[in-house]
Amino acid sequence: MSVRARVALGLGSLAALGPLLLWAVAGLPDFGHPRGPYADLAPKIMLEERHVTNAVTGVTFDLRGFDTLGEELILFVAALGAAVLLRAQRGERESEEAAAAEERRGPATADALRGLGAVLVGPVLLLGAYIVVHGALTPGGGFQGGVVLAGALLLVYAAGQVAAVQRVRPVSLVEVADAVGAASYVLIALAGLVFGVATMDNVLPLGTTGSLLSGGTVPVLSVAVGVEVTAAVTLILSEMVDQMMLRGRE
Amino acid sequence: MTALQVVCLLAVAVAGTATVFTRDPLRQAVSSGVLGLSLAVLFLAFGAPDVALSQIVVAGVAVPVMVLLALAKIRTDERRGEE
Repeated sequence: MSVRARVALGLGSLAALGPLLLWAVAGLPDFGHPRGPYADLAPKIMLEERHVTNAVTGVTFDLRGFDTLGEELILFVAALGAAVLLRAQRGERESEEAAAAEERRGPATADALRGLGAVLVGPVLLLGAYIVVHGALTPGGGFQGGVVLAGALLLVYAAGQVAAVQRVRPVSLVEVADAVGAASYVLIALAGLVFGVATMDNVLPLGTTGSLLSGGTVPVLSVAVGVEVTAAVTLILSEMVDQMMLRGRE
Repeated sequence: MTALQVVCLLAVAVAGTATVFTRDPLRQAVSSGVLGLSLAVLFLAFGAPDVALSQIVVAGVAVPVMVLLALAKIRTDERRGEE
């Protein structure tokens, strides 16, 4: 397709979609006044009946906890698929050699980047752990905190410590953590069936509103998801990094 | 709508347009990251800190890293093809 035809097609589509978008936005309810009772009821229910101050995490891990079970298992299967597909051609030893070779290849990484990476790893780990465990109290939770934790490992890689990455993430440990995180969510969900009235029933004591261990199963599930997400993202990323290094060496 | 929210909306519009007009995928990984972070500030200004946090980790960490790793892999494949 010629440039002229593409521009005509693009502008035509924009001219057709633009008014539709404006029409839709004009029909939205006023900001802060959503239709339906759910937006007002969810924080009230979470605070009064579950002692959870962050309604969003409360909805994710309690009211809609069963949906989250599905989402968590999707990520688990995605990590599994990435590992199976990318790991077909090589052994563990081969990737360790590739990492050592990459590191011997010399200081391709700028000193400033190395320094910055090294300085940021600790604070980022702490931030990730904070976001995971405080999910029931303040904005955050297992998913966000888990990606932050996996990001700390990326910093180690960005700092050029490829062999160190291989050491801090023995693949078997990451795999076990992934499975443990996913399994503990399922087990906590089933605990509701065994000790309560239904799957995902909140069977733990609710504690004092505002304290770290309040909300019954909500913070526990948040930690389980945090472990699973950290491991899954680490697994996917490190498989991709391995691929890159193996290809680069050949 | 407060002035802060208007500023955030404008920042998102500018970053989004810049991302569209960036042609090099490597640079686009950075400009789309900036777009994602400005969206995160927008969500924060509109009172949705949880969504903002998710936006930061997805747009600031996950997407740029995936794009960069994919680009690196494509480049090593191309290099091998030329040899």
